[in-house]
Amino acid sequence: MFYRESGQFKSSYKEDMQAFPIREDKIGIAVWLLLAYLYVPFFGLPGLEYGFALNAIMIPVLIFTITTIGLNILVGYTGQISLGTAAFMGVGAYSCYKLTSYFPDVNIIILIFSSGFFAAAVGALFGLPSLRIKGFYLVVATLAAQFFLEWCFIRIGWLYNFNPSGAIEVPQREAFGFIVTGAAAEPVTRYLVVLTILIFLTIIAGNLVRGRIGRSWMMIRDMDIAAELIGVRPLTTKLSAFAVSSYYCGVSGALMVFMWLGAAEVESFDVNHSFLYLFMVILGGLGSITGSYMGAAFIWTFPLVLKEIGKVFEINPTVMENVSLVAIGVMIVFILIKEPHGLARLWQLGKQKLRIWPFPH
Amino acid sequence: MKDIAQGYMTEDGRQIGAVLMELKNITLKFGGVQAITNASFDIREGEIRAIIGPNGAGKSSMLNVINGFYHPQEGEVWFHGKKRPSMPPSEIARQGIARTFQNIALFHGMTTVENVMTGRQLMMKKNFFWQLLRVGPALEEETVHRRKCEEIIDFLEIQAIRKTPVGSLPYGLQKRVELARALAMEPKLLLLDEPMAGMNVEEKEDMSRFILDVNDQYGTTIALIEHDMSVVMDLADRVVVLDYGKMLADGTPDEVQKNQAVIDAYLGVEN
Ligand SMILES: Nc1ncnc2c1ncn2[C@@H]1O[C@H](COP(=O)(O)OP(=O)(O)OP(=O)(O)O)[C@@H](O)[C@H]1O
Ligand SMILES: [Mg+2]
Repeated sequence: MFYRESGQFKSSYKEDMQAFPIREDKIGIAVWLLLAYLYVPFFGLPGLEYGFALNAIMIPVLIFTITTIGLNILVGYTGQISLGTAAFMGVGAYSCYKLTSYFPDVNIIILIFSSGFFAAAVGALFGLPSLRIKGFYLVVATLAAQFFLEWCFIRIGWLYNFNPSGAIEVPQREAFGFIVTGAAAEPVTRYLVVLTILIFLTIIAGNLVRGRIGRSWMMIRDMDIAAELIGVRPLTTKLSAFAVSSYYCGVSGALMVFMWLGAAEVESFDVNHSFLYLFMVILGGLGSITGSYMGAAFIWTFPLVLKEIGKVFEINPTVMENVSLVAIGVMIVFILIKEPHGLARLWQLGKQKLRIWPFPH
Repeated sequence: MKDIAQGYMTEDGRQIGAVLMELKNITLKFGGVQAITNASFDIREGEIRAIIGPNGAGKSSMLNVINGFYHPQEGEVWFHGKKRPSMPPSEIARQGIARTFQNIALFHGMTTVENVMTGRQLMMKKNFFWQLLRVGPALEEETVHRRKCEEIIDFLEIQAIRKTPVGSLPYGLQKRVELARALAMEPKLLLLDEPMAGMNVEEKEDMSRFILDVNDQYGTTIALIEHDMSVVMDLADRVVVLDYGKMLADGTPDEVQKNQAVIDAYLGVEN
């Protein structure tokens, strides 16, 4: 009986409308935040080498969580679908690269947030077909966007400053007196920047989905005809979802290159990655922000864990790689059939069990 | 039929006002199917207007014309004394027309209170940037509308299911939540498509009471489709009868019930 709603009466609708109305949830979030800000920067992850914990796990997981929240806004909350996620991230990354060349003195954090707007515009543009087509046809349309943008990333030399290698290489930039990008940037600095941006974007997404805008997205998702008869304009609603979703993808794309990879070419934004992000959304849970965290963390770390297990039993790493692909495939199928709300739902069920414990009825 | 040019007084003493909506010579076709043929009638302010007729008579199609989901090939819709140009349903909702559906159209991924809140969408004005901050005026707005929705939820006696996802509710309650959502829009004209279909006697009585209360307390004009004649007789001020898309009769429940054409086409079959 540790986790419960009973005895915690809400005296106002404001309290009832909070993101985490239950006290135990608030405590849980506080603990996570403390760990993220006070434990990880000093000690990394338990049992792992510090640099590996930050560079290979924490930073990418946090960045992909931003992507997953963004894609979840589109797929989970608005019921549209996109296989262009990686390309929209690419738009963010290339925009950020161009911005750093044009405005070398502007704070890089501002440039990263600005690059999201380019992705938002491109996302909204490629979201236009969603007004006429649904489901499979929309998948094809977004896939076309993916390939068209990939083509742009290769063919338009201006995007990578005509670098003969075709790659964008991240320059060194400082913010608030710290080196945050480039080879000289400390992992812990990059980690803290990414973490803070993620938390900021999580709060915004949480606010949006609980308010008028989020409801209009869910109305379109659940029953577009009824939504329209209530006064929701399908055009603005769908496009706003594409724009916000792509904004998140754009920022995460910029972060991926500037805070993690250090350099990137078109392969970092190919369609395989689009699938990967979609898997994160589905496995984590459609229409859940908590689920987005879980999905990104799980899909990213699962193959790493399997690889370690493989090492213990001296199994060929490529075999383990394929095993993890198959296992994730099976899990996706299972989730789609059995529990469309993914890990987030399982987590919730677990908490509910705890709520009525020790009296199951 | 009594002279009602300037509005009229009902038997139970309610004052019915001027014409709110007028349908003039509506004809609606789906390919070869003629769903509505040259139908004309009006709906007055404060009135409870019933549309009855056998299956496939064109009743739901008529509501769909009224709220702009179908565009008739011929005829005119007049609202508030003005001819209404052809416009998308989302704009017509903005003019104060709300409805419920024959096959419940709730938002299944949301809870009862969230569904009711969707009815307030049009009244919420705080822009995108306030929404993403969700502080100050934006939170205030959300709270004000939430309070209104809770009032409606109390009014329809569905407090117990406030936080329940609507998909898991029994049919009768879903119909009630749908009514709550429509009421949350504070419509001028409320269209109800078979609000009592599939309900038991007790649920029907509850629903009838709610409809009368809505009309009485909020002064909402109501147009409803209903198959149960005893309900229609109890609720409606005036009744339109459709059969194969054609108007058979238009008048008070008593007048309609005595109409020979109606008895032949509809009541004769039912009773
Ligand atoms: N979208 C549509 N496309 C084609 N035909 C339609 C459409 N909507 C209605 N119809 C046809 O129009 C006619 C009238 O249908 P409508 O649904 O208005 O009847 P109704 O009076 O509401 O019947 P019920 O009592 O069964 O609900 C029927 O013949 C129906 O098949
Ligand atoms: Mg019907």
